[in-house]
Order: sequence, then structure tokens, then C-alpha cells
Amino acid sequence: MTIASNGHGRTLVVLVRDNPGVLTRVAGLFRRRNFNIESLVVGHSETPGVSRMTVVVAGGAAEVDQVVKQLLKLVEVLEVRDVSDGSPLLREMVLIRVGADASQRTEVTELAKLFSARIIDVSHGSITLEMTGAETKVDNLVRLLSKFGIREMVRSGRIAMARDMSDYPVETVEALSA
Amino acid sequence: MRADTQERGSDAMTLTVDRPETVEQEPGPEQPKRLSGSRIMCEALVAEGVEIMWGYPGGAIMPFYDALPEYSIHHVLVRHEQAGAHAADGYARATGKVGVCIGTSGPGATNLVTGLATAYMDSVPMVAITGQVARSFIGRDSFQETDIVGITLPITKHNFLVNSAAELGDIMHEAFHLARSGRPGPVLVDVPKDVQIEEALYTPAVRPHAVPEGAGGEYARAADLIARAQKPLIIAGHGVIIANGYDELRSFAEKSGIPVITTLLGLSCFPESHPLSLGWPGMHGPAHVNRAIDEADVIVAVGMRFDDRVTGKLETWAPNARFIHIDIDPAEINKNVPAEVGIIADARDALRALVDAVAPADHTEWLHSIKRNARPEGPPKDTTFITPSTVVDAIKSATNGEARLVTDVGQHQMWAARFYGYNKPNSHITSGGLGTMGYALPAAMGVKAGCPDEPVWVVAGDGGIQMNIQELATIAQEGLNIKVAIINNGYLGMVRQWQQFFHNRNYSETRISSPDYALLTAAYGLQGRRVTEKEDVQRQVEWAMSTPGAVVLEFCISQEANVYPMIPSGGSVATMIEEPEVVE
Ligand SMILES: Cc1ncc(C[n+]2csc(CCOP(=O)(O)OP(=O)(O)O)c2C)c(N)n1
Repeated sequence: MTIASNGHGRTLVVLVRDNPGVLTRVAGLFRRRNFNIESLVVGHSETPGVSRMTVVVAGGAAEVDQVVKQLLKLVEVLEVRDVSDGSPLLREMVLIRVGADASQRTEVTELAKLFSARIIDVSHGSITLEMTGAETKVDNLVRLLSKFGIREMVRSGRIAMARDMSDYPVETVEALSA
Repeated sequence: MRADTQERGSDAMTLTVDRPETVEQEPGPEQPKRLSGSRIMCEALVAEGVEIMWGYPGGAIMPFYDALPEYSIHHVLVRHEQAGAHAADGYARATGKVGVCIGTSGPGATNLVTGLATAYMDSVPMVAITGQVARSFIGRDSFQETDIVGITLPITKHNFLVNSAAELGDIMHEAFHLARSGRPGPVLVDVPKDVQIEEALYTPAVRPHAVPEGAGGEYARAADLIARAQKPLIIAGHGVIIANGYDELRSFAEKSGIPVITTLLGLSCFPESHPLSLGWPGMHGPAHVNRAIDEADVIVAVGMRFDDRVTGKLETWAPNARFIHIDIDPAEINKNVPAEVGIIADARDALRALVDAVAPADHTEWLHSIKRNARPEGPPKDTTFITPSTVVDAIKSATNGEARLVTDVGQHQMWAARFYGYNKPNSHITSGGLGTMGYALPAAMGVKAGCPDEPVWVVAGDGGIQMNIQELATIAQEGLNIKVAIINNGYLGMVRQWQQFFHNRNYSETRISSPDYALLTAAYGLQGRRVTEKEDVQRQVEWAMSTPGAVVLEFCISQEANVYPMIPSGGSVATMIEEPEVVE
């Protein structure tokens, strides 16, 4: 599984029972049905006993339809929501360590400031940054930092939430979800 | 079914099992009872109405076997766990009830795998129970430990590793509920040995059977499409049999005047003697049926899933058709073929609604134009050898069409599907999706258990029969009245046919020898004969019917007989291979 490098693909929110093995079932389903999954992130949800997955599907509409329906057949899957429409809140987190000696430190710090990235570790030869944002922003940071030499990096994959539209004017809601 | 109500052959070994008449009934069924895990399993089986199960004991499942004799469940000791799974599968297909099989941990559990995969592919409701090593031994590569839950993830509808006796009762009932609800399938329950011994409170909690209903508006849209069709077809599958929708399918076909095609697993859901019946489609379907699909403008697909053996190359299949697809599994709609109208419903409910929604119509001209293209099946051209159709014809006439035919996998399976002419509902049972050789003999044990008063015939090849032939011992021990027809061509015929067509007759590893089946059968205490003359076929089949108990008949047929016509894998009507006019 590779990590989504941009906002492309459909974003599914999958609520599952927090049972042992549920991740194996979901991952096994993707593997054996040969689905094109870009990223999969799991964590706790607001409900105890319910985990929340964010799944990014790279395929076309027919494939997304199958992913949703096949997921719903898993007994431990409680709900599947496609949140791609209606300008969802999409975020990714990255930890990135670049080579930087004293002479390069200011330049890296400047970049970090521009991206609202935080410096979380410094040594004589390296700087480690943390940043959260839209995936394209993460891409840009990674691109600009690459000239320093990326020693190590971890990207979380996409996490998502639909917008709370309860106090938006009706026309806006309709326009957004069109 | 109890041991004492079973038919017994003359030579059958008689077994008596010492068991108390009834289990303690106090306190009442709604009151929680404190029981060991193994008694919870037995109580749950009884509460689910289980009367028979197939299994094989071993270390990790011994506490269960210790409790079992106290309960009125007939346990059949198979000779291989795979056979136990196939028998449970055959029982489930024949009765619509959940079939139950059981094995020990490790090799006992892995031996069930082929049977589970077979049932999963064909949507057969089953519960498989496996013993597991005690909880404290899990994850340590203990003796006979295997991760059967991990192994069976992709071939079960769901599976459970039971963590405590307290959750065992609910899991057992949930397993039965999952197995039979919606699209049926096998469910596995893995029970650690110490959970079988641990005590907990148990309350029976049998879940009601719920089926989804299709959205009302869809039927009007379907009826509209049907009303405008000039060349409509119905393709009916296994879903119609599972839903018991025989009468509804017939009413719908008759009212709408639409000709009916049945898939391999749909065979016997619509009488083949009916004027609207066309037979079956796909790789070995008659040419005119596949040509009709090519021409059809609307196809009503009911309880079928557009398997590649039906469609061949999807892009060129049914190029002129618009589809109405009815299935209980939402994931089947638009999976292989885009549906203009998708109806998610039980096949019987949907057909009933369609009968009300459609206007009476007549498509006689379309029907005649299809049938005009049919190549006469005619008398076999090859006069010296016994032909497969002679054998199935003889079975049909000797049983007045009342038999349940359980077929194995290969050429004989296709011949039995093609030539028999199924009129009795659910009289054709075969492994369609997985194509499991070795299925028929053990599955027939389950079919017989489910339909003790009906003739049950196995039709198998000389390859497949040898895959589970050990079950003749189970058949003898249980005194089952099963008749077996072995179609012996001395080859793994279906593979040899592919080698002939696509590999220049390079018959690599398909020549197969057989034991003397009559002698072997006798060794099991049963009766068997070899039949070599065409003129003798009918007489020997009648002899088998009049002989009490199991009988094995070996029919020697031409070594290079082929199944025609054939659309090569991934092909279309245009690439179909038809029977040569003169058989060499
Ligand atoms: C367990 C299993 N192994 C292999 C196959 C592949 N296979 C399909 S048909 C066939 C030949 C079957 O030969 P036989 O039982 O003699 O029947 P025939 O085709 O000759 O009627 C084989 C090997 C299979 N379907 N199942």
C-alpha cells in the first residue's frame, strides 16, 4: 500500500467494531479482491468499542462501489461513509528528518515557519520536523526539504471528517455536495 | 435424523449408541443454566434444531465429544473431515437448513478447508465447529495448533475464536443466524479446549430469520423495461432454489411469456420439460442458448452472479441486453455486469412482486426462433460405447425422475447437467463455484440424510470418486441407501479434453488407473458391478434400485468422449467449438 500523495481518490470513513482481527479482515478483503487502496488509517473513534478507519480508494466509481458494498458485508463493519463530496476536512501528518548542520539550520527553520511545521528534534547533523495539513501541503514541504537530504520520514496517510454543515445556508450545502 | 430411522442396507453394520432418552429439562428454556462450554455447544445445537452432524474427534475437541452422547443429535463419524464438510454442505443444499460439521484443532481443522471454500462459493449455510488448543497455549506453536480463523477468513462468511464460555452460547446462535440470513454461507466457530470445559451461564437465544425487501419503485421500472422488450430472457440461478422460489419463477415466466435459462447451480429451479425452458448457458451450454443471449434485448437475472463460466469474455457477452438484476447480496449488483435495474431482495419475494408488476405478454415467436436453432441432441452417434446420456437417462427412468443427482466435477458433471432434464425442484446438486473434485460421494451422504425417502444418485468420474472413496466406509457404517454411478473413461477427462483442444493432445498426467470398483465395494461390505455394454445399462441401473443399501456401478465409456459444445475460457459464441459431425 502506498500513501496518498494528493487529495485524489475517494475517501471512505469506515466504522468498525474494535475486535481483535478486524483490521486483518478489512486488509484481507482489499487484498483478495484486488482493490486499489492508496492508504488506510485506523484509530479510536468517539464511541468506545468502535474504531474509525479512513480509507482512500484510487479506483473509479465502479471499484469504489464494490469496496463499499464488500466492506458492508463484513460482520464487524458498522458503517461506511463516502465523504469525498461536500469539501471534506482532509488532513495528513508527517514526521521528517533532514540532514542539516549549523550552516543550514536557519534555512530549514525558515521553511518550517512558512509551513507552520514544528521542529521537534535537533542534533548537530539533523533537524526533525512535524507538520499536519492537507496532503498537497505535506507534498510541498517534502519537496522543498528534499535538497537537504531526507534521512527518515513517516507520513500518516489521510484522515478525514465531513464538514458540519448544520448552520450553512441550504444553497451552499447543495452547491458543495453537487 | 436419528440412527434408528435410517435406511439400512442388508450388509450394513449396525451401531447402537448408548444415550439417555432426554436431557434434564429443568429449569425451563428461558432460564439461564450454568453449564460447561461443551454442554452450551450441544444445547445451542439442539435449540437451533440440529438433528445430525458430521465430524471426527481429536484431542482439542474431546470435551465436546464427552458431552455429545447426552443429547439427541445424530453424529456421523466420517473418514476424513473434508467429507464431513461436504456432507454438511449436501444436507444444507437439499434441505435449506444449516449443515453442521466438526473437527479437532490443527489437521482436523485444515481438513475442513476445501469443504468450507466449496460452501462459501455456492452460498451454502453451514456451521463448522473446530476445537482449538487451550487459551494459554495459543500463539506458542503448540501441538496441533493452527490459526484456523486466519486460514478461513476469505472462505467463510464470518468466523469466531471463542474467548470464554460466557460468550460461547451467543456466538453459537450468532453463527447459525449469520449462516442462514441474507446470502447464506459457512461460518466457523473455533473453541479452545479449556473454553469447552469452563462453566458459564447459558440462555438459548435463537435469532429469527430476516430477509431484506426490495424497494417498491424498482419493480415498476423493471416491469417497464420488460414491457418494452422484444427479445427478453430470464436467467435463473441458485438464488431461486435457496429462496424456494420455484412457483414464483414459473408464474413470472408464464405471465410474462419470457423463456427461461438456468445456470449450472440453477438447474432444477425450473422444469426443463416446460415449453419456456431453454437449458443452460455458458462454456458448455447448447449453442442456441448462448446465441439467444447474444441476441437478447432484456435479461432478467434472478439469484445468479454472472460467473465467468456463464459469461466468458464480459465485454462481448450479451452485447444487446439491458439488465434487471435481482440478488439478495447488494455487492452482486453491478459487480460483473452493470444493471439498469438492480433489486436487492430474496428471489422469491422479488419474483412474486414482479408477477404482480408485469403485464401478460407473449413471446412465442422469439421462443420459436431460439429453438429453431437448436441442434437435435438425437441418439448417440457412437454406437459401440456406453454414452453418458444413456447412463443418466437410465437413472431418470429407473427413478421416475424422483432422484436427487449429486454430481462431481468434470466431463460427467457437464453431461449429467446437460442430458438429464431436471423437472423436480432442487434435484441437481453439484459444486459449481469451486468445482471441487471429490465432492459428490460425501455430499450425497448429507443429501440422503436430508431426504431419506428419496432416491439419491451420485454421478462421478473415475478421478473424483477416488478423491473421497474412503467414505464408502461411512456409508456402510451408517447403512445409507446411496447409489453411485462412476463414469470411467480412464482419464481425468475434462483436463484431457482441454489438452486435446488447446495443448495438441499432450495428455500429460491425465491417464488415471482405477481399482476394481466391484471388488473394492465388496471389501466395504457393499455391492458393486462393472457395466461395459450399452444394452446392459438400463438393466443394471434397475438392479441397483432394487438392491437394498448402497450400490456402486462402474460404467466404462469411450476414453476420448468430449463435452460439446465448448466456448474456450474467456471466449464468446464466436469462438465456440461444436461437435464434429462424425465422431472418430
Ligand atoms: C480437487 C480438484 N483438483 C483438480 C481439479 C481440476 N479438474 C477439473 S475436472 C478434472 C478431471 C476430472 O476427472 P474425472 O473425475 O475422471 O471426471 P471426468 O472429467 O473424466 O468426467 C480435474 C483434474 C478439480 N476440479 N478439483
